[in-house]
Amino acid sequence: MAVRNVAMREAIRRALREEMLRDESVFVMGEEVAYWQGTHRVTRGFLEEFGERRVRDTPISEMAIGGVAVGAAMAGLRPVAEFMTINFAFLALDAIVNHAAKVRYFFDGMFKVPLVYRAASGWGNQATASHSHAPEPIFAHFPGIYVGCPSNALDAYGMLKTAIRDDNPVLFSESIALYPKPGPLPDESVEEMLVPIGKGDIKREGGDVTLVAYARGVDWSLQAARALARDGIEAEVVDLRWLRPLDMALVYDSFKKTNRCVIVEESLPMYSFGSEIAALLQENMFDYMDAPIKRVAAEDVPLPYSKEIELLALPNAQKVVDAVKEIV
Amino acid sequence: MPSPTKDMLLDWYRQMALIREFEEICHQLYLQKRITGVYLHLYSGHEASGVGSMAALRKSDHVITAYRDHGIALILGMDANAVMAEMMGKKTGSSGGKGGSMHLASAEHNFWGGYAIVGGHLPLAAGIALEARYRGKDDVTMTYIGDGATNNGYFHESLNMSAIWDLPVIWIIENNGYGMGTEVARASGQTELHRKAEAYGIRSFGRVDGQDALAVYQVASEAVAYAREHGPAVIEHVTYRYRGHGVSDKQYDSRDDMSAELREWMDEREPIKILRDHILAAHGDVGDALAAHDEAARRIVAQAVEFAEASELPRGRDALLGNTYIGSPQVYKTPASVGAGSD
Ligand SMILES: Cc1ncc(C[n+]2csc(CCOP(=O)(O)OP(=O)(O)O)c2C)c(N)n1
Ligand SMILES: [Mg+2]
Repeated sequence: MAVRNVAMREAIRRALREEMLRDESVFVMGEEVAYWQGTHRVTRGFLEEFGERRVRDTPISEMAIGGVAVGAAMAGLRPVAEFMTINFAFLALDAIVNHAAKVRYFFDGMFKVPLVYRAASGWGNQATASHSHAPEPIFAHFPGIYVGCPSNALDAYGMLKTAIRDDNPVLFSESIALYPKPGPLPDESVEEMLVPIGKGDIKREGGDVTLVAYARGVDWSLQAARALARDGIEAEVVDLRWLRPLDMALVYDSFKKTNRCVIVEESLPMYSFGSEIAALLQENMFDYMDAPIKRVAAEDVPLPYSKEIELLALPNAQKVVDAVKEIV
Repeated sequence: MPSPTKDMLLDWYRQMALIREFEEICHQLYLQKRITGVYLHLYSGHEASGVGSMAALRKSDHVITAYRDHGIALILGMDANAVMAEMMGKKTGSSGGKGGSMHLASAEHNFWGGYAIVGGHLPLAAGIALEARYRGKDDVTMTYIGDGATNNGYFHESLNMSAIWDLPVIWIIENNGYGMGTEVARASGQTELHRKAEAYGIRSFGRVDGQDALAVYQVASEAVAYAREHGPAVIEHVTYRYRGHGVSDKQYDSRDDMSAELREWMDEREPIKILRDHILAAHGDVGDALAAHDEAARRIVAQAVEFAEASELPRGRDALLGNTYIGSPQVYKTPASVGAGSD
C-alpha cells in the first residue's frame, strides 16, 4: 500500500471527511468552519462537498457550541464541534464538564453523548496570554469525557476516527504547531489504522530513561533522545496520546526497565500532567525508582507577547536533555 | 444638537490622519516582518467611529475596547512611540512588550485596555461603570463592541446587568459587516444589532453612519448625556474594516466580492474624506491646516518606528515573571525553570 507524507492537518481533514461519508449522522459545527474553509483549513472543501446542513457555521457563541453539541448528541446525531482555538473552549467549560461529561452519569445511563469537540491548541508565535494555552489537563480532570492529543499525522487520523465512532464524549486537542508537520499516512484506509481509546505508543525504545509525553512534548522528547544518544544515553519515548483514559501500563513497563523518568509537557507545571504521572509512578513503582522523577513543562507564568521572553517560557528539547542529565 | 467648532473638526482630522498613517505603516511593517506575531487588527476605515464618539467624552470618563485597539489608544492621546514599541514587543512599549497589539492600555488616560477574547471586556465595562455608580460619580464608560461579539454570551449578560443596575455605559456596536469571515446576517437573527439591547430595556440611540464623524459625534453626545443621568445606552455604528479581519487574514484579499465591496466603501464612504468635505463646506478655506496634519502624522509615525526599533527587548527571568503577582513572583519552579537555582 502506498504511503505518503501528509501534514497532520490533512490527516485530520481526511479522517473527518471519511467519517462524514461513512455515517450520515456525523456533522461539523463551529466558527468559520464552512464558508471560510476552517480557521486552520481542516474543513477545507467541506461546505462544497457536504452542504450547509452538515457543515454549519456558528456565531461567536462558544457556550452554545458546547451545549448544542450535547443536545444534538443526546438526540442521536454525532456532532463534531470545533472550537477555533482551545482558549475559547473556556467559555464553554460548563457545557463541557457539567453536561457533555455528566449527563450520562446523572441520569444513570439513560442517554449517551457521542460527540467530539475539536480544538486547536498550544502556544508560540506571540499569540499573547489569553490566546496561549495548552490546557488539555484541565479537561482531563473531569471524569465522563475522554481527551485525545495526537503527536503526528497517523495517530491524529486514527484517533479522530475512533473518537467519532465512540459513544462517549471526546475532547480532541490538535496542536497548532503540529498542523503543518508531515508524517507518513497510507493512501488507503484500513481499520487497523484506528487507534483504540486510551492506547499509548512507544515512539522510541531505550533502556536508560523513560520520557513520558503527549502531543508536542513527543517531538521535544524525540529530539532530546537523539541528542542524549550522542552522549551514550538511550531514552525511551512513551507517547500517551490520550490523557483520559491514561495508558499507565505502558509507562510502568517502560519504567521497570529504565527506573528513571522525565515527564514532558507543553502545559503549565502546577496541578498538571506531570504531577499526575509522577504521583502514579511513586505510588505504584516505588520499588523500581532509582532517581527522582523530573518534569519539564512551560514556566509558571502567563505567556508574554515579546518573542524573546515568550521563548524563554516554553519547554524545549534542551530543557529535556538538561533534566535527564540530572538523573542519569 | 451640539455642533463642533472649527478647532474641534480640525483636531478630529488630526486624529484620523494619525490613525490611518499609523495603521498603514503597521501593515507594511508586518509584511516586512518588522512587526511579528499572528494578531494585528487594524482600525483603518473605522476612524470616524472612534474619533466622533470619543469627542463626546470628558477626561474623567472611561474607555474600553476589544483587540482592534490602536485607533482608540491614539485618540485618547497615548504616545505613538509607546504604542509602536508595544507592536514590536519592546520594553518601552505601553505594556512593556507583554501585551502586544491586542493589549494596549493606559491607566493615565482611563483607557482600560484592549481585550482579545471576544466579548470578554463587556462585563469589565459594566464593572468599571459600577464603580462610578457606587461612588456617586457621573463618569461614563464608553465600550466598543464588534458586531460578531453581540452573539456571545458575555454581551447578553453584561447588557442585561447594566440595565438592571442603571450602569452608565455607552455600548457602541461597531458593525463593520463581518466577524472574521461571517457576514452579520449569517451570525445574527436580529441584524439591526442595537435592537438587541432594547430587549434588555436599554435605551437605543439607533443606527448611525459610522463613516461620518459629525453624525457619530452628535448621537454620541446625546447618548453620553443620557448615560450620565440615567443609565446604559446603545448606539450602532455602521462602518467597514479596510484591512480585513487582521493581518493574517489572507482569505480576505482573495475574495473578489469582498474587494469590490471594499473599493465601494473606500470610494463612497471614506471617513477622512467625508470629514474633510465637512470642514471645507462649513469653514471654507482652512489654508494648509489639513496638509499640515497629514505631514505631522507622517512625521510622528516615522519617529515612532525609529523609537520602537531602537528600543530594547525585554530579556531574562525578571522580565518574564514580573507582574504575575504583586510583590515577589510567587511562581512555581522546577529544576528546568528559567534561571532555577540562581537565586
Ligand atoms: C471567545 C472568542 N471566540 C473566538 C475568537 C476568535 N475571533 C477573534 S476576533 C473574531 C471576530 C470578531 O468579530 P467582531 O466582533 O465583529 O469584531 P471585528 O473583528 O469585526 O472588529 C473571532 C471569531 C475570540 N478571540 N474569542
Ligand atoms: Mg465585525
